Amino acid sequence: MTATGIGASVKRKEDFRFLTGRGTYTDDINRPGQSHAYILRSPHAHAEIVKIDTAAAQSSPGVIAVFTGADYDKGGLPAGWQIHSKDGSPMVEPPHFPLCKDRVRHVGDQVALVIAETYAEAKDAAEKIDVTYKELPAIISTADADKPGKPQVWADAKNNVCYDWHLGDKAATEAAFAKAHHVTKIDLVNQRLVPNAMEPRAAVGDYDRATGEYTLYTTSQNPHVIRLLMGAFVLQIPEHKLRVVAPDVGGGFGSKIFHYAEEALVTWAAGKLHRPIKWTAERSESFLTDAQGRDHVSHAELAMDKDGKFLALRVSTIANMGAYLSTFAPCVPTYLYATLLAGVYTTPAIYAEVKAVFTNTVVVDAYRGAGRPEATYLLERLVDKAAREMKMDRVEIRRKNFISREAFPYQTPVALQYDSGDYDATLDGALKASDWAGFESRRAEARKRGKLRGIGISTYIEACGIAPSAVVGSLGARAGLYECGSIRVHPTGSVTVFTGTHSHGQGHETTFAQLVSDTLGISIDSVEVSHGDTNKIPFGMGTYGSRSLAVGGSAIVKAMDKIIAKAKRIAAHLMEASVADVEFKNGTFTVAGTDKSVPFGTVALTAYVPHNYPITELEPGLEETAFYDPLNFTYPGGCHICEVELDPDTGVTKIVNFTAVDDVGRVINPMIVEGQVHGGVAQGIGQALLESCVYDEQSGQLLTGSLMDYCMPRADDLPNFKVATQSTMCTHNPIGAKGVGEVGAIGSPPAIINAVIDALSPLGVQDISMPATPLKVWQAIQSAPAKMAAE
Amino acid sequence: MHDFGYHRPASVADVAGLLASKGEAKVVAGGMTLIPTLKQRLASPSDLVDLAGIAELKGVKAEGGGITIGAMTTHAEVHRSAEVQKTIPALAQLAGGIGDPQVRNRGTIGGSVANSDPAADYPAAVLGLGATIRTNKREIKADDFFKGMFETALQDGEIITAIHFPKPEKAGYSKFPNPASRYAIVGVFVARTAGGVRAAVTGAGPCAFRSKELESALGGSFTPEAAKAVKLGADGFNTDLHATAAYRAHLISVMAARAVAAAS
Ligand SMILES: Cc1cc2nc3c(=O)[nH]c(=O)nc-3n(C[C@H](O)[C@H](O)[C@H](O)COP(=O)(O)OP(=O)(O)OC[C@H]3O[C@@H](n4cnc5c(N)ncnc54)[C@H](O)[C@@H]3O)c2cc1C
Repeated sequence: MTATGIGASVKRKEDFRFLTGRGTYTDDINRPGQSHAYILRSPHAHAEIVKIDTAAAQSSPGVIAVFTGADYDKGGLPAGWQIHSKDGSPMVEPPHFPLCKDRVRHVGDQVALVIAETYAEAKDAAEKIDVTYKELPAIISTADADKPGKPQVWADAKNNVCYDWHLGDKAATEAAFAKAHHVTKIDLVNQRLVPNAMEPRAAVGDYDRATGEYTLYTTSQNPHVIRLLMGAFVLQIPEHKLRVVAPDVGGGFGSKIFHYAEEALVTWAAGKLHRPIKWTAERSESFLTDAQGRDHVSHAELAMDKDGKFLALRVSTIANMGAYLSTFAPCVPTYLYATLLAGVYTTPAIYAEVKAVFTNTVVVDAYRGAGRPEATYLLERLVDKAAREMKMDRVEIRRKNFISREAFPYQTPVALQYDSGDYDATLDGALKASDWAGFESRRAEARKRGKLRGIGISTYIEACGIAPSAVVGSLGARAGLYECGSIRVHPTGSVTVFTGTHSHGQGHETTFAQLVSDTLGISIDSVEVSHGDTNKIPFGMGTYGSRSLAVGGSAIVKAMDKIIAKAKRIAAHLMEASVADVEFKNGTFTVAGTDKSVPFGTVALTAYVPHNYPITELEPGLEETAFYDPLNFTYPGGCHICEVELDPDTGVTKIVNFTAVDDVGRVINPMIVEGQVHGGVAQGIGQALLESCVYDEQSGQLLTGSLMDYCMPRADDLPNFKVATQSTMCTHNPIGAKGVGEVGAIGSPPAIINAVIDALSPLGVQDISMPATPLKVWQAIQSAPAKMAAE
Repeated sequence: MHDFGYHRPASVADVAGLLASKGEAKVVAGGMTLIPTLKQRLASPSDLVDLAGIAELKGVKAEGGGITIGAMTTHAEVHRSAEVQKTIPALAQLAGGIGDPQVRNRGTIGGSVANSDPAADYPAAVLGLGATIRTNKREIKADDFFKGMFETALQDGEIITAIHFPKPEKAGYSKFPNPASRYAIVGVFVARTAGGVRAAVTGAGPCAFRSKELESALGGSFTPEAAKAVKLGADGFNTDLHATAAYRAHLISVMAARAVAAAS
């Protein structure tokens, strides 16, 4: 291993510009003649728009134009995935226009677009728009949305049901339940979360009359996807006339995957007004309009034999879509959720039913982990409860049901085929690192200090590296999910890498540079990674689902294979040898059995200055592009162990130890991998203890509409993490990488809640919901069957 | 934010004149509370009168055994002040627990007390120590100052110039922070003074208030156990997303016990 090669903790190349405030974010981009947009939003959760009077706004100082739904003459925002219900009918797909036509369906819905010389003028003018609403009753509750007699969000969606879907073998599952020795049941809520990327969403639309070209600068995780969706479906602009640039992006966590109304509006209006238009969300708008995450209500049952061996699992879940279908919303509670319900266990029969419902809330879509945290939380809470009811050790019941390391490839009863893993190894690693065996003495010591100490575990798996196009296509995806990588070797031997993935915190500019510098044997400083601009990058599907290294990195490897193959032919010519005899190692081409050698840089120069060149057989130049479409998902997994101490006087939970031992496949940069786990676990801690998005059930107003009420994790909420990787290699991509972006957020919440319940178990408490706030913990202690013994 | 006129007078005397002559003028101190309300367009004053240029409103000084803190003294300055740390360490500690470093370096004691946010920290100290609020017009006893949620005894055109805190024998403050905002869900300031024990609670009601129950229990025995034994009913306490009235009632005893334990 070299100091900057694969496996080295190279400091992030991109951090100089980020840490010195020199990044270029969408809001930093200013075009000549730029104007500013403000969007007037609905104050109501559900109302008819009776009348909009924009006259006063039109004549307000600085105003260039005011548009309402009546003016908007283009298409609606499409859903990128189609799910079919049990009965074969397609999901209900309501129209989603960037400006509401006749009805608003959630607080924050777009009612009018005001464009003015300055942002303040646009906002002042918006105050002068007179909208007459007829308020309608709203439906907010996920659990109640499909009950008869509730307010209806869409006339076409009877009882607010978008789809009623299932997966698995119902008959086999029922049969296994019929002969079960014991059945453990659980009811769980996976609460709604607000993603809260540090950088709010922003968009700058530009139109060049001279060329007829549109440019959209936007805070996106996948500019090509936005170009495709907005160009083809919404505004009907052909790709060659539409450029989408996602420059530096300050965090996404999924919320910047989707195509949003504001992107379409600034591009559309720029074309109408021949002025560049900038829109940047205020933090309150981010709360109201960024797609939110999770929001499941579930019931699950686990059938076991007398030894605690899992026989079958059945799950029914209601998933909240919000008022519309966001880009990938339909697949999150189906193919990214129910397919993960086998977990790391050999449960032979599984049946899951998922009902997606509309409510008068902002859309819900993928958020770090997307479906897999929901599956993991359900399963790992259920397994812990099963262990308690069966009076079995929590570790033993897991081990007994693990898919063994010899069993791979392993076909689950819910569609996936796991390629590799070693769950005993990650479990053993975590048990040791957390000193699980010594816990009871720590519990007793804490008790002497008046504290309730608990330990919790989760053994999880996830499916990522999204993914094989043919598979996702057969499951309803309306796009392919391969990735594209391009390698441009410059004449003097430096390299620009073009990737269709997008880095918004993940450190691709470093990881990919390591991969390339190591493979081509050139200095890491000679490698630049370029991403985020549809005019530079041939194509790409972007970054989400922990796919960048496993899929995007593999495309880069494939492109490098082509580069090396061509370079070998040039080197063979220079060394007057046969191509078959040329070897490439550490940046040098050699001929086996001779002392002939040519460095990579000479080959590069020869490719561009082809004076002595096999010109009749080979084109000059050294640039290659590859598309990589994997054969399977990747399956990171591992074990998270959390140790907490509760203060019974206040209900405060303090995480005193957190151990994560993850199998993420090949690690290119251990520091970045650790950072990804830290960030993911921080978000998992946020979900487990702090964060909850709350709407008023009657009015539909967002009660947690700012950081004063929505509690994000801060540094002092977090312990020092013990993080390690214990990897098996992915068997089907050229790197062996599985992905690490989401594991922290997937594996941690159940470990934390299981620890809180363990701490409360001496009092007979069996359940606590997320987030386990001080209030909830205190209330659980107050109403516990057993009281705290006097100190 | 709507447009407004901006004035930066150099003396307290000029403030009154500006406030009287401008239609809907408001004073701005650190702006930590006021600016966000302007940005959200919840308030649209015609003019802002910035107190930052008035030297006489700044600083901490010893006075009559106690300390006097100018209205424009920031939370960070109070926290770091050797004078405050020596005379009333609990007050320095309280100031150091307000918000985050940015807020502490901008927010002022005058702005906090004038605002009477139900969850603010300073009002507990002002009441708990029996401080005196000095204005450009008069002196107001702490017990007469806090009138309700965002309501005080200040009249139109009246500004706080300083707050005088007498030195207690012993005092302590403990707050249970709102996990999101870190304002007080419940904060209790206890002081043993020559005139008896005072215990003031913030976060639990419409504004800071003194707890008779705590004061009589601690008057009998100034110990954590005595504080913890006080059981308050939930009636009249705030309920919100983060805490119920019953939880707040319970936390008052717990925080009071911790404040007594920490008192010095
Ligand atoms: C993120 C955040 C966290 C916070 N956390 C806490 C916390 O934990 N605990 C806490 O107690 N507070 C907290 N605060 C509030 C903070 O302490 C404010 O600084 C304080 O409430 C107001 O002080 P200011 O100097 O900023 O006043 P400003 O915002 O300038 O003014 C507030 C109000 O007081 C009036 N005013 C200001 N000075 C005077 C004066 N001398 N005389 C008369 N009227 C005056 C103004 O007209 C205005 O109405 C927090 C604030 C923020 C933004």
